[in-house]
Amino acid sequence: MKFVCFHLMPYRPLDMAARKQHRSAWVVLPNSLYDPVKGAEEYESYLDQLTYAETLGFDAVGVNEHHQTAYGMMPAPNLIASALIQRTKKVKVAILGRALPLTSNPIWIAEEFAMLDNLSKGRIIAGFVRGIGTEYHATGLNPSFSLERFQEAHDLIVGAWTRPGPFEFEGEHFNFRYVNLWPRPYQTPHPPIWIPSMGSSETIRWAASSERKYPFLVTFSAHELVARYLNLYRDAAKQFGYEASGDQLGWAAPIYVADTDERARVEAKAGIESLFNDYLANPWEMLLPPGYTSLSSMKNTMRVRKALGSRAGKLTIDDLAESGTVVVGSPRTVREKIERMRDLTGFNILVSLLQFGVLSNELTRRNMEMFASEVMPHLKA
Amino acid sequence: MAPREQQHQVGEISVRMLRAGEGEPLLFLHGAGGWPGWIPFFDKLAAHHEVLVPEHPGFGTLEKAAAIRDIADMAMYYLDFLDGLGADRVHLVGNSLGGWIAAELAVRNCARLQSLCLISPAGVRVKGVPMGDNFIWSPEEAARNLFHDQAFADRMLAITPTDEEADRLLTNRFMAARLGWQPRWFDPALERWLHRITVPTLVLWGENDKFLPSAYAEPWRERVPDVRVETIVACGHLPHVEKADVTAEKILAFLDGRRA
Repeated sequence: MKFVCFHLMPYRPLDMAARKQHRSAWVVLPNSLYDPVKGAEEYESYLDQLTYAETLGFDAVGVNEHHQTAYGMMPAPNLIASALIQRTKKVKVAILGRALPLTSNPIWIAEEFAMLDNLSKGRIIAGFVRGIGTEYHATGLNPSFSLERFQEAHDLIVGAWTRPGPFEFEGEHFNFRYVNLWPRPYQTPHPPIWIPSMGSSETIRWAASSERKYPFLVTFSAHELVARYLNLYRDAAKQFGYEASGDQLGWAAPIYVADTDERARVEAKAGIESLFNDYLANPWEMLLPPGYTSLSSMKNTMRVRKALGSRAGKLTIDDLAESGTVVVGSPRTVREKIERMRDLTGFNILVSLLQFGVLSNELTRRNMEMFASEVMPHLKA
Repeated sequence: MAPREQQHQVGEISVRMLRAGEGEPLLFLHGAGGWPGWIPFFDKLAAHHEVLVPEHPGFGTLEKAAAIRDIADMAMYYLDFLDGLGADRVHLVGNSLGGWIAAELAVRNCARLQSLCLISPAGVRVKGVPMGDNFIWSPEEAARNLFHDQAFADRMLAITPTDEEADRLLTNRFMAARLGWQPRWFDPALERWLHRITVPTLVLWGENDKFLPSAYAEPWRERVPDVRVETIVACGHLPHVEKADVTAEKILAFLDGRRA
């Protein structure tokens, strides 16, 4: 199994009483709540944690992109990736990912990834995402065209990486007389492309198709859903006429390890519950803007919501551990849960979120060390 | 008055249309919330006019609306629509999104219009006066912000839509986003060409509109050549619903005045 030490870089000094007066920690949360002196310390701590992940033997470190939110302080994840390249020697640097539809010029994304790939001498993993629904409020981009723009930007970027330039790109949303990348990517034909997703069936089929075979990562979902989505990918691969390998299947989850199950729950509680209830929670109008999903899947989502009643209450660590959305416990418990997922799906990429919500530097470090010493060695191939 | 429901076909696109009354034809274009069905406001108008109320392509069902990707497509669609109507010229009335479509149509070609009536139209932005964010509002906020008289909001919120109605509302929301998400509810070019509206124009605005504030009437007053602007007191964004009688009377008086 391959291990990614993934980070969201939340703004932990957030005034939670003030946060609760707003509908979300995204887009509408006043940035007067951000203190740059504290924020700068956060960046330093988080870069130290990711750098330490190399020492601990992780295969990759991972960052991602979110805008106008205390949930994550990386609107420009490639800046963090660049800093990590300078601080590390061998570990892969995974940007999981860049939100392709949000930019007016996807060539910039192709260029930045190519630069990072050169700077790191081929250590970059390029994640491509649509961006979650809130990003369409943050950027003003019309969610109706999100999927079209994603696919078109993907074609443009991969073309820019692989086709001799200059060439002309003629699309619906993007049109360029000259596409001619300087520098070209270091890796041949280009950095690996991974697709993190909440699990839309359209995305799964698209990623699995034989001309792409992109590793697909299911993020922050209940155990049962993760297994279902990864197996959907396997089924799609079979329909395309091949068997998906474990290296095409990834699971991203918050993980916390301590000596005992009980201690793990106690230590992780504030971090996990703040992640889901304070940082991630969004009203559906923000999370699912019209057009972001297909109309049919949105109709289904709304019917499920109606059946469940109005807004869900606060999530507890017990709920989240029970559903398998988070993996928390003794080394043995954590190993077993990961092994169980491997038995169910054959997945081989574990994207572990070892700092989450308000979890302190000290507990994060202990968590990382225990995960690396007591869990990883048992699961490495 | 019982309207007739028929299908109106333009090219590949067929839409529902209600029709009642006799007299010079009056075409009503609905707002982003969707096709209103037959409401008391139309009865008032239908006492003097043949009233036509079509559903926009993409509303109710997204089928066959793939070619309508933005407001310009919608304006061109309605020019085709008017060509196929069999009437020489119509009085065109639109609310909110429907007013925006009507104005986009009129700056392109007024040949099939006798007059234009815009009820709190979208389409033109006034800098420094923020509009409401209907895409971030919860259903409750939306109802509260659309009406001045909260009794209307209470009635709206008391209704639990059936699955079928909920699907239609969701479809309307999808199409509204396609047309109005970015730039939000306006077309930067439209204001530059408002002088091309060559028919008599009435602009009505609810004085307490929390979605498009009544200050948004100003550019229309300044730039449309033959325009009358009137405010409807104690009224939100949907005057034809909240103040149906007053709104219909103002429109009829305006149309009468043009004939005199």
